[in-house]
Amino acid sequence: MSNDPVDILIIGAGASGAALAWTLAETRMRIVCLEQGDWLNPAEYPSAGKDWESRQYSDFSISPNRRKRVTDYPVNDQDSPISVANFNGVGGSTILYAGHYPRFHPSDFRVKTLDGVADDWPLDYTDLEPYYAENDKMMGVSGLAGDPAYPPKPAVMPPLPLGKSGQVLGKGFNALGWHWWPSDSAIASTTYDGRDKCANLGACTVGCAQGAKASSDITYWPHAIRAGVEVRTRCRVREITVNENDMASGVTYYDVDGNEQFQPAEVVVLACNGVGTPRILLNSVSNRFPNGLANRNGLVGKNLMFHPYASIQGIFDQPLDGYMGPGNCIWSQQFYETDRSRDFVRGFTYEITRGRGPVATALTGMFSGRIPWGEEHHQRYRELFNQITGMVAICEDLPEPHNTVSLDPELKDSDGIPAPKITYKLSENSRRMLDYAVDRGMEILEAAGATDVMTEAPIAVGGWHLMGTTRMGVDPEHSVVNEWGRSHDVRNLFVVDGSIFVTSAGVNPTRTIQALSLYIGDTMKKRLATLFD
Amino acid sequence: MSDEESLLASDLPLSDPQREILQALIGSIIPPSTDYDAPGADDPLIFRDILVTAGSYIDMFEAGLEDIDQQAKRNHDGAGFAALSDTDRHAMAEHLSRTLNPFLRTLVSITAQCYYRDDRVMQALGMEPRPPFPKGFTIEEGDWTLLDPVRLRGKLYRDVDG
Repeated sequence: MSNDPVDILIIGAGASGAALAWTLAETRMRIVCLEQGDWLNPAEYPSAGKDWESRQYSDFSISPNRRKRVTDYPVNDQDSPISVANFNGVGGSTILYAGHYPRFHPSDFRVKTLDGVADDWPLDYTDLEPYYAENDKMMGVSGLAGDPAYPPKPAVMPPLPLGKSGQVLGKGFNALGWHWWPSDSAIASTTYDGRDKCANLGACTVGCAQGAKASSDITYWPHAIRAGVEVRTRCRVREITVNENDMASGVTYYDVDGNEQFQPAEVVVLACNGVGTPRILLNSVSNRFPNGLANRNGLVGKNLMFHPYASIQGIFDQPLDGYMGPGNCIWSQQFYETDRSRDFVRGFTYEITRGRGPVATALTGMFSGRIPWGEEHHQRYRELFNQITGMVAICEDLPEPHNTVSLDPELKDSDGIPAPKITYKLSENSRRMLDYAVDRGMEILEAAGATDVMTEAPIAVGGWHLMGTTRMGVDPEHSVVNEWGRSHDVRNLFVVDGSIFVTSAGVNPTRTIQALSLYIGDTMKKRLATLFD
Repeated sequence: MSDEESLLASDLPLSDPQREILQALIGSIIPPSTDYDAPGADDPLIFRDILVTAGSYIDMFEAGLEDIDQQAKRNHDGAGFAALSDTDRHAMAEHLSRTLNPFLRTLVSITAQCYYRDDRVMQALGMEPRPPFPKGFTIEEGDWTLLDPVRLRGKLYRDVDG
């Protein structure tokens, strides 16, 4: 079955697809977005029930392999110390993200020039700066201007409250003379664009029932749809088809009933992030592209970057924020830029994670041996309840070709489409950076008054950020898309998600993914007459 | 329907003997506390919640409970886990807690999930027995003068030419 042709076909309704749809909507072209998941109803998010923590282990798990919704696809990540986290639905992984929302730094785009590793990006911070600003307004960012770790940038809304946790740890950083600052957060601290302000539910990572967290289903999409963009849910793309001129002709997908459909398109845009995008390209095999679409140089799926995370949590002998408040609080970039006196290059960000709920407290204590079974359970539990705070270190991961997304030879989704397989090895540079981050983190917690510290590095379930698998660049031999997101091999095929990242930086990627998507969209608008030249 | 009757509902998983073992086991993990005015995990309402939640793991639970019961019988003259004296049951539970297999890890997780969402337990912790939404919580703004020394520092980021 075939549908009427469209001008722009976007695959994926997450962070980047939404931003692109919105910015292209003003062209009045016919734009359709195919999304394999559903619209989510915030009234049904877990925080509306007392079992909200339990649902992190089932239908709102960050792991598609555990969540197993009909809208998910399985991921074989057995050959990786870090497992993939994502969400499939309108809004994509912004439904479950914490809303930590840092920008990249100017140095992040010049890694090769400054530090002699990886590659420079084909654009720089100043190129993206106006798109960061535009995206900040669309998503709504809370923060405080004046952070010495960044070039000047405006704050759209006031910062989220420090709370007890932020104050305790801020004093710890101050005692050591180290940098900290209120985190930039994609969480509304005031009413904003029809959204209510944060009510401190403490359940950001299972969907924000309050609507304060900026997931793209409630930020970009309402505006894009009002401007004429169509979002078609429960449509799972199997492959992108091409014609004899090496141009994409459309996509083949399965609708909600499992029926095969064909959607012709003048332009196809991939917005499925670092695992979903290479999966579709590698599944798009034809006579002209026997190794997968846009893969003549063999780079599709290679250079997968996660951010290896370390968790450093302290137990204090005073009440902290516990189960209340957004996880976002303050951050530190004391160790962000390369310091040659260390035994690793590049750096990391500490993000303070405020506290944890009553169930998470119990599991942390029981699985670490701090809370025993039996009579002592209650007293020992109360020594942890509302008295844990700490941080995660988000470490820059450098691109390495042996870290890959490929197709699993056996595993398939419910439509029979081959599933992705992750092959990933933690580098020695990352290992050293994690160790350093844990050691410094323990010093911070000690300075803040912690009586005990718990650590984990890397966080095994922490594959939140999926980058690098269709990297951008000016050289067709060493990149998959050009400096404005267009495939080198297929001139009407674009990629706008985290897979085009050249390097990962040491910060959460969503703000940069969306700024890049706006940048690419703007470039497309400026080049409409010569888009395929 | 009384609490006891609710446990006999036919739609709940596990046989009666298996439920007896499970109830004894979770009572050993989190017993009631008079000091903190808190029920145990073997309280009928919490136990029912655990049974319902365990339904997704029925094969694992049946095998795990059978294994624990056999261990008890081997070491205590044929007495199953639920029939052990308090002393013997707690001693065996203490041993189990140090050797968490996948079943026990799942059991501990489900027990904690169901226990710490019970109204009485939440109240014993000083919480309001309600979900986070819609009322939410109040977080103190905090002392922003703590940032003063950070403001005095020079910039941390590197300049980049071009």
